[in-house]
Amino acid sequence: MEVWALQLFNGLSLSSILLLIALGLALSFGLMNVINLAHGEFIMLGAYTVYALQQAAMALTGDVSSSVTFIMAIPLSFVVAGAVGMLVEAGLIRFLYQRPLDTLLATVGVGIFLQQLARSIFGAPNVQVVAPWWLTGGLELTDGLVLPIKRLFIIALVLVCIAGLYWYMYRSSEGRRTRAVMQNREMAASLGVSTRRVDNLTFALGSGLAGLAGCGLTLIGPIGPSLGTFYIVDAFIVVILGGLGQIPGTILAALIIGILNTVFEFGTTAVVGKVLVFAMVILFLQWRPNGLVRVRGR
Amino acid sequence: MLLVESLSVAYGQSRVLFNITLDVQDGQVVCLMGRNGVGKTTLLKAIMGLLKLQGGKVSFFDQNLTGLPPHKRARAGIGYVPQGRLIFPFLSVHENLLMGLEGKRNNGSTGDDIEEMYTLFPALKLDPSKNAGTLSGGQQQQLAFARAMIRRPRLLLLDEPTEGLQPSIVQEIEDLIMSLRDRGDTSILLVEQSMDFALGVADHCFLMEKGEIVLDGATHSLDQNLMREYLAV
Repeated sequence: MEVWALQLFNGLSLSSILLLIALGLALSFGLMNVINLAHGEFIMLGAYTVYALQQAAMALTGDVSSSVTFIMAIPLSFVVAGAVGMLVEAGLIRFLYQRPLDTLLATVGVGIFLQQLARSIFGAPNVQVVAPWWLTGGLELTDGLVLPIKRLFIIALVLVCIAGLYWYMYRSSEGRRTRAVMQNREMAASLGVSTRRVDNLTFALGSGLAGLAGCGLTLIGPIGPSLGTFYIVDAFIVVILGGLGQIPGTILAALIIGILNTVFEFGTTAVVGKVLVFAMVILFLQWRPNGLVRVRGR
Repeated sequence: MLLVESLSVAYGQSRVLFNITLDVQDGQVVCLMGRNGVGKTTLLKAIMGLLKLQGGKVSFFDQNLTGLPPHKRARAGIGYVPQGRLIFPFLSVHENLLMGLEGKRNNGSTGDDIEEMYTLFPALKLDPSKNAGTLSGGQQQQLAFARAMIRRPRLLLLDEPTEGLQPSIVQEIEDLIMSLRDRGDTSILLVEQSMDFALGVADHCFLMEKGEIVLDGATHSLDQNLMREYLAV
């Protein structure tokens, strides 16, 4: 019983990280039709932002696991990844709208560039971020069932991000503009919306969310220049399974993929588990090609 | 106020508009007529900036619009009600109206502007939080009008506003266009199929065939038999 509960919790924890990555991807892939293969590298950027800030704080104060540093690192990882996303959109991707296949090639290049940049600055070996003291240890529910605080923290972080994204998309005027451009780009432009600005902000927001996911990943294990590549395929699967551009669908799909992954891995091996998940997704898409959540219009 | 000079548009290799010259004077209602597929919608899109010109010039109140993106043209004071309405189906009625106020300079409160539109189109006030995609065709057309009118454009481009609507709504839309004309602060460039309505409302008519203007003049001076010939299917 405890074993299964723990598996379920681990699945939930994986789901939450996957969700954060996939939400960013849903913005760029699902809504802007850009196949951003550099999305994984924005995760890596967010993770290294935490590491760099911690190293800087240690050089200044000698305290490596300072709580203040870690709390500051959370918004900073969003800002750094978002700013780089903004640059990439303005300097490269905006020339490639209408040509999704070309965005794929171009962003592979951006990804390689960013990975190499990280290698040059931080070195090829993995590095470790030290978590502040209040994130170590576990929450003991019953004798056999201990939930790690770090993973609980990540789930909380993701919940806050989802709430923030919902607020942005459905309550702010910037989000209203974004939804209008997604529904009808030409019409939104004809009403006075600068679609350039909306594209740029949306892409930056997606990149920033990836940065936050990277920040969360520093708590789970060591980080390296190719950190993002482990998650990018799963994240694309989540976006496609969820239905393109659908936030509720993306959330549901992330839960399903994360939990299935963990459960199958537990019963078999990591490789067989992944094969089983992919096979199930392929079968599901034969049945419902539009994914879990479909948009119905008049 | 609006001046289109020798404008040409091509979709890929095929040219669809040839050397179009057209103007709309202050306070005028100008009607653009012609059979299906002669390029009326293309011309409006080109004026709005949604299509690339192959040649020619579009200017508005002495401001050269050629090459400007659509949102700058909207902000210069051009409102657009496209064919098929194109309201945002998954935005609420209220949000659709807010989209009409994009980039509006701050004079007067947003709430007043929206209230004014609700007074003009009471059907929209029934449930402003409802997704616009669930409205009936006639209500969607009213919303498209309200969305374009809310920022008080100096020129309205209307693309077949009565197409596909039930007769009672057609009458309402026609009355609305009449009242806009009588108010006189908004000029209108109207694409219209119904000759009777066009003759009743327009100060000036342009007739198009195969991407060219073939006949134009003040409405009362035009030969109606010749017009019928150009419009007959």
